Amino acid sequence: MAQVIGVPRETAAGEKRVATVPEVVEKLVKLGFKVAVQSGAGDAANFGDEAYRAAGAEIAADAAELWARSDVVFKVRAPLAEEVGLMREGQTLISFLWPAQNPELMQSLAARKATVLAIDALPRMLSRAQKMDALTSMASISGYRAVIEAANAFGRFFNGQVTAAGKIPPAKVFIAGAGVAGLAAIGTAAGLGAIVRANDTRAEVADQVKSLGGEFVKVEYEEEGAGGGGYAKVMSEGFQQAQREMYAKQAREVDVIITTALIPGKPAPRLITADMVKSMKPGSVIVDMAAEQGGNCELTEPGKAVVKHGVTIIGYTDLPSRLAKQSSTLYATNLFRLAEELCKGKDGVIDVNMEDDAIRGLTVIKAGRVTWPPPPLKLPAPPAAAKPAAAPPAPKGHGHGAGKPMSGKALAVIFLVGAVLFWFIGANAPAAFLTNFTVFVLGCFVGYMVIWNVTPALHTPLMSVTNAISSIIVIGALIQIAPPLAASGDRPDELIRWLAVVGIALTSINMFGGFAVTRRMLAMFRK
Amino acid sequence: MTFGLTTVAYIGATILFILSLGGLSNPETSRRGNLYGIIGMTIAVLATVLGPRVAAAGIPWIVGAMVLGGAIGLYAARIVKMTQMPELVAIMHSLVGLAACLVGFASYVDTSIQFTGAEKTIHEIEIYLGVLIGAVTFSGSVIAFGKLSARISGKPMLIPGRHWFNLLGLLVVLWYGREFVLAPSVQDGMTPLIIMTAIALLFGVHMVMAIGGADMPVVVSMLNSYSGWAAAATGFMLSNNLLIVTGALVGSSGAILSYIMCRAMNRNFVSVIAGGFGTEGGKPAAAGTAPAGEVSPISAPETAELLREAKNVIIVPGYGMAVAQAQHTVYEITKHLREKGVDVRFGIHPVAGRMPGHMNVLLAEAKVPYDIVLEMDELNEDFPDTDVAMVIGANDIVNPSAQDDPASPIAGMPVLEVWKAKTSIVMKRSMASGYAGVDNPLFYKENNRMLFGDAKKMLDEVLAALKS
Repeated sequence: MAQVIGVPRETAAGEKRVATVPEVVEKLVKLGFKVAVQSGAGDAANFGDEAYRAAGAEIAADAAELWARSDVVFKVRAPLAEEVGLMREGQTLISFLWPAQNPELMQSLAARKATVLAIDALPRMLSRAQKMDALTSMASISGYRAVIEAANAFGRFFNGQVTAAGKIPPAKVFIAGAGVAGLAAIGTAAGLGAIVRANDTRAEVADQVKSLGGEFVKVEYEEEGAGGGGYAKVMSEGFQQAQREMYAKQAREVDVIITTALIPGKPAPRLITADMVKSMKPGSVIVDMAAEQGGNCELTEPGKAVVKHGVTIIGYTDLPSRLAKQSSTLYATNLFRLAEELCKGKDGVIDVNMEDDAIRGLTVIKAGRVTWPPPPLKLPAPPAAAKPAAAPPAPKGHGHGAGKPMSGKALAVIFLVGAVLFWFIGANAPAAFLTNFTVFVLGCFVGYMVIWNVTPALHTPLMSVTNAISSIIVIGALIQIAPPLAASGDRPDELIRWLAVVGIALTSINMFGGFAVTRRMLAMFRK
Repeated sequence: MTFGLTTVAYIGATILFILSLGGLSNPETSRRGNLYGIIGMTIAVLATVLGPRVAAAGIPWIVGAMVLGGAIGLYAARIVKMTQMPELVAIMHSLVGLAACLVGFASYVDTSIQFTGAEKTIHEIEIYLGVLIGAVTFSGSVIAFGKLSARISGKPMLIPGRHWFNLLGLLVVLWYGREFVLAPSVQDGMTPLIIMTAIALLFGVHMVMAIGGADMPVVVSMLNSYSGWAAAATGFMLSNNLLIVTGALVGSSGAILSYIMCRAMNRNFVSVIAGGFGTEGGKPAAAGTAPAGEVSPISAPETAELLREAKNVIIVPGYGMAVAQAQHTVYEITKHLREKGVDVRFGIHPVAGRMPGHMNVLLAEAKVPYDIVLEMDELNEDFPDTDVAMVIGANDIVNPSAQDDPASPIAGMPVLEVWKAKTSIVMKRSMASGYAGVDNPLFYKENNRMLFGDAKKMLDEVLAALKS
């Protein structure tokens, strides 16, 4: 029996998003589900009832009817008290929930004996989970919208222009925090033509900032800022002092500041003080994306845009909702990916499999039992930490080189051993042997020097040519075959000759064959 | 030709050989390098034949033997398929080893060379060593040839207590060496020499039998090295500088190649030679971390679809491509994609295939331009920006557990990080594990697809789908 996915109209004030869009309804139906949408649910995001119906959804007249017939409810915002009242036993709810911040809501949901998946509790470190990561998709929309809001409030062009009416300098934008939202803001602001600078306590994001056209501003203080799970951590006092100085300097120079600094489970760090705001040029704009968690700027008023000291400070907390059509579409897709994971059989019935790391992390209440917080993930250690231990750094570049120079000690030992060896040979061996020995050692050395430069692509031809060259041994056989001074009577001429003839024949195979096949191979190498 | 002229001719030949090896450092100069080798060899042979140590009576014999051998060699070089190069090189090494043995025996029975005192002892030690190395090279190469041409199973054959066996052999060889040097006459010395030769032959067989198929690149280059040492030992025996230098050149080049191969597998040279890699009894640790999960198969038309939509493709060939003779189809696909503007490159692992540089030769045979055939180090960091990584008949060299699983038998071996590409496609005949006998978690990765079937047949289908 196919389950019904219900999508109610969002009840939170000012919320324009909707948890699914017609395009995704079709895909959900293909997974075997039935979809019910509350009448008017998508209006604020420009999705009419007709569009949903055309995509295969049924339209429920009101919230009560919708909640009553749904087995699974997709929502954007956490349910309000009256919505919790509509829930029934065995129902599954999927929405943003913030279980850490909403303990009472968790209790009341558990009391309804429902199953609840909080999309914000997704273990983001699992690469498999990325397609379901609604926090990321919402954050990138917020970052984009923050720049648009700033441009709207800012009285000048973002890009520099030279016009008949004079030269216009480009706007300077500073972005604090280069997470998903910050990176989206960097890309958007750079796209509008502004000069973009950005800072983050995690030094490793510098390359990402640069790749989007921004300039990474470093805090002149040495400390590692990555806290795990891709978030930053609280920094030391010395670091914060250096950071404040850097922000103060940026505040004096730039036209727009966009702050995105968040630390999970903590109030947002205060980065921009009232004094810094005062030091900014009149007409400047600050967009504080951390307004909901108390704001990165001291003067932010959450939910509002205010003008203080001639600076517009925007503290909207509903940035994704202000781009309702886009954010609904992305959110709907995230939920669809989750539905795919929950419904592996494509039979329209969800299975909340607690063995699956991603689903285990998402599920905060299973049939009335609170399962949040989840046990720590055992699998993927942060790649940055695992790598140096696992993979020995491969020697770079071409020709292999002899690797790193040896330590002085090792070299000294080798030289000493060599010296003793040479002394031993020199003291005991006859002169004729020593001449040969000299030649031998030098030959080894020349070979060693020459071979390191051979490119690996040519190792096979190298082997076949050295093989051909080693048939130089033929000379040994040649001089045995008929030495002119075969005077001594008892030399077994016949035997030696035959041995030598066979030797010559064998090495000739090698000599001619080796050179010919090398030639054949090398002729094939072409640009 | 006088003695002086012969000597300077030898010096010239030596220089040409060094230039020959140096020329191979780069595809541009490699053909000239080969030519230097040929000229050097011609000079050396002519100088010897026309020199003071060969009487005119010997020349017909020499010409006859060389014409016979040369004809066989040229014929073999013409008919050999590029996929059979490792076998050819191995069997040729065995010829050098055998020749070294023959020259050693001949030199011993040659009573025209008389030494006394320490010089006699050294001369006899040189003969003994020359024959020893020659015999090991000979029998080892024959076994390597058998393994490479699949006439002998590629699995390592391990006798219990094999290290003791080898040690015993060494002791016997040393003892007979003493007997040999102390022998008053040639007849008395013959017995120890023959016994030692037999032991050396057995040792060569045993040594290569114990080494698994995946370690063959090391074995082939090691035998290459031995054939050089055999020539050098012969040079000592005959007091011939040209032989010594050339032997040393070849010997050290082979040793370095072996070292490079070992490093590419992150293995110790001694442990490769001691053998026993990839046996059931090896390391059961892998069983505990056996990756579970499902593999996602893919069809040839879907593969073509992925390739067509990609901007960047890296192809990682392995021994499977050689076995299936698929290199020409690979080139056709490459050509087609490049015409469509897809950036196609090849990533070659140092030990892909059965001898060093094997894959490069196959791709060159198929006319793939060498500037898109790159070494592992050159493109391993590019996989995250790659849309499709296509693995053709390779396994261990793309195994992520080399990096992730410290308990894995191949832990620490540098591998091509194909799993970092957006999609990887592995072409394989079945789910069997590679030569190292290690399961490959790559197959279970979410962005990996398996294209099961014979590489040649599947690639032909992919090509057909691409063209339609």
